[in-house]
Amino acid sequence: MSKADAAAAILWVGATFYALFGGADFGGGFWDLIAGGAERGERPRGLIQNSLTPVWEANHVWLIFIIVILWTAFPPAFSAIFSTLYVPIALAALGIVLRGAGFAFRKSFEGLSERRAAGATFAISSLLTPFFMGTVVGAIAAGQVPADGNGDAFSSWIQPLPLLIGGMFVATGAYLSGVFLVGDARRAGDDELERYFERRALGAAVVAGAFAVAGLVALHSEARYVYDRLVEQGLPLVILSLLCGIALLAVLLRGGRRPLRPLAAGAVTAVIWGWGVAQFPYLLPTSLRIDQAAAPDPTMTIVFVVFGVAAVLVLPSLALLYTLSQRDLLESEH
Amino acid sequence: MPPLDLLPLAAESSNLLAARNQMAFTLGFHIVLACLGVALPATILVANYLGLKRGDGDAMELARRWSKAMAVTFAVGAVTGTVLSFEFGLLWPEFMDRWGGVFGVAFAIEGIFFFLEAIFLAVYIYGWKRLGGWAHFWSGVPMVITGIGGAFSVVAANAWMNQPQGFTLNAAGKVIDTDPVKVLLNPATGYEVPHMLLAAYMVTGFLVASIYAVGMLKGRRDRLHKLGLVIPLTIACIATPIQLFVGDTAAREVADHQPAKFAGMECIEESGTHQTEWVGGICTDDGVKWGIGIPDLDSFLVGWSADTFVTGLNDIPEDEQPPANTLLHLSFDAMVGIGTALMGLALWFGFVWWKKRDIPQTPWFLRAVSVSGIGAIVALWCGWIVTEVGRQPWIVQGYMRTEEAVTEAGGIWFVFGFVVLLYAALGTIAVVVLRGMSRRWREQGAEPEVGGPYAPQEEVAP
Repeated sequence: MSKADAAAAILWVGATFYALFGGADFGGGFWDLIAGGAERGERPRGLIQNSLTPVWEANHVWLIFIIVILWTAFPPAFSAIFSTLYVPIALAALGIVLRGAGFAFRKSFEGLSERRAAGATFAISSLLTPFFMGTVVGAIAAGQVPADGNGDAFSSWIQPLPLLIGGMFVATGAYLSGVFLVGDARRAGDDELERYFERRALGAAVVAGAFAVAGLVALHSEARYVYDRLVEQGLPLVILSLLCGIALLAVLLRGGRRPLRPLAAGAVTAVIWGWGVAQFPYLLPTSLRIDQAAAPDPTMTIVFVVFGVAAVLVLPSLALLYTLSQRDLLESEH
Repeated sequence: MPPLDLLPLAAESSNLLAARNQMAFTLGFHIVLACLGVALPATILVANYLGLKRGDGDAMELARRWSKAMAVTFAVGAVTGTVLSFEFGLLWPEFMDRWGGVFGVAFAIEGIFFFLEAIFLAVYIYGWKRLGGWAHFWSGVPMVITGIGGAFSVVAANAWMNQPQGFTLNAAGKVIDTDPVKVLLNPATGYEVPHMLLAAYMVTGFLVASIYAVGMLKGRRDRLHKLGLVIPLTIACIATPIQLFVGDTAAREVADHQPAKFAGMECIEESGTHQTEWVGGICTDDGVKWGIGIPDLDSFLVGWSADTFVTGLNDIPEDEQPPANTLLHLSFDAMVGIGTALMGLALWFGFVWWKKRDIPQTPWFLRAVSVSGIGAIVALWCGWIVTEVGRQPWIVQGYMRTEEAVTEAGGIWFVFGFVVLLYAALGTIAVVVLRGMSRRWREQGAEPEVGGPYAPQEEVAP
């Protein structure tokens, strides 16, 4: 494995964490959005708020991690992606601003109408950001980003594959969040909310699965290189994802109290690495290879050092944060 | 394609100005929140420490309130900071394409600091009730360290743009080798990083103190208000004299290594010795109009002698001169002027405190403190104008012009207008929310909240 490949793997590690934790936070916003009126939605919204409040900013940093590693280790790829897909990227950024602000302001407002407006801003933007991030990933996979950038600002992502991946991102976030919230409801000893989120996780799993199947069809026609490798080299990961998904459905349908989170995380992680394997050795299929985009070696060394420090310092700190949060030692109404 | 290309504003030269305006505006907004992110943790921990060590309930209450306010400012700072990182690619794709592999390492390191800051900030902010007293205090200490580390990394990246080094180019101008240590420790890092760190502590200290000064002017003369003024003001007043020294050194370094910027900010038309120091005024080709000129002082400040040679704009090629010299000159003067005024405030406070162990008992002192926060922010903005506008037309001094770096995307003016409206709303709501929190605290009065900080766990309703 070359240094450049290792740096690409680091990028994918970041993407995995962001998808699992950041994705679930976006999903929380989705469930918040459709939780109904102020009274009916009060309890699910309370659970969502409690589980998101202490962790969403830390989870958000994975996005910063991905961006800085991308521009440091693979500057031409970063430049090409941002100069082509600036429309969905700017819209995703808008969603990030509105979501963070809406969430932070919501609990500080006193009046119901202000709270509702802030909550709606948070919830709607929780759809906006993952959808447009999905279109970015879909457009990259579809080979719509030329190596020297400045691709078409609209037709690059307004295509079936990017739009389907956008939908899949939203549904996957909702699915992860639903599963995580089932666990939170169990911990709180709230059977009713546990059922509530089980039903929703199940629904989201079906929708995410449907998007994945449709995406695969679109991949076949729009991103042949990626499709071919996905069903060959990437096949074990596709099967792993499928197995995790089916096992999770089975557990949900039988209504047992087996742990759900590892299965949900496994299903999503397998898809992300399947995508990586399918794109290999390209960062931008099929115009820019990983080795072509790589920064000089000393820069890569720093990227590895940063990753090593992250593994030694950040991951245990995150584990501490999650442990404190899961043991109810942190509270959203501080 | 291009519905957006039809916009008349999408012309390329227009893009440059729009992109620079957008970058300046979003950075100017974020930098205030970044200062709070860097320096508010230490301010809070001082209050927290006093609360724990001396059993001071007022200090503890202040620490608790400030940490609640920090939850809001940090959230807004996190998202506006994310916008800036997106803008590197959205506005300056060619800059990142060519140089991302060189100065990007600074941001990669910053990512770690930001990560740790976000994690420990959450533990601290949300751990008030259920983590034990000193354990909770120590959970806040990493915020102080990571705030400083994060500021170091980001400002080192900016310093590199001013005095780039640590890379090898091939004949085509492509980066083929890097030396990340030389990138991070470029000469400008040495003065830019301390200058910005001290600025963060000054902005935070004076800003928080000014809020309590306003409250005291409204007649809220309780001990909590006084402590809320004294703690942050002390921190800011310790930073101020050091800042004057660092800033003075920075100006001399700029004179030595970035002569075009220095000539612009000091309005020096002709190279030579015995340069006049101009205070205020408008820079014109025929010298400074309406300014106060002090003969020889500029040369003296640069090299401790009136015989010191200072480069003027006549020795800088016309297409490498910074634009808007008057803006640079007045921004520099405003920064120095405000810094000097804040130094006066620090001396006044320090002298009276030394003599009487109390703050000066005149409303003029409270009035001065109540405008010091805004003053520090204006000085901060002026400093960044000098740094950034003064480097133009370069984005990487001597290696890449800003016009080469800018995006070809359409509609930047439109986006800029939208962002101004969005941020105006964001800033207004943030202030409204913080004022609402402050009002609620006052209405609750001195009564402790149910459970109170560090109450035993059993007493806290889950």
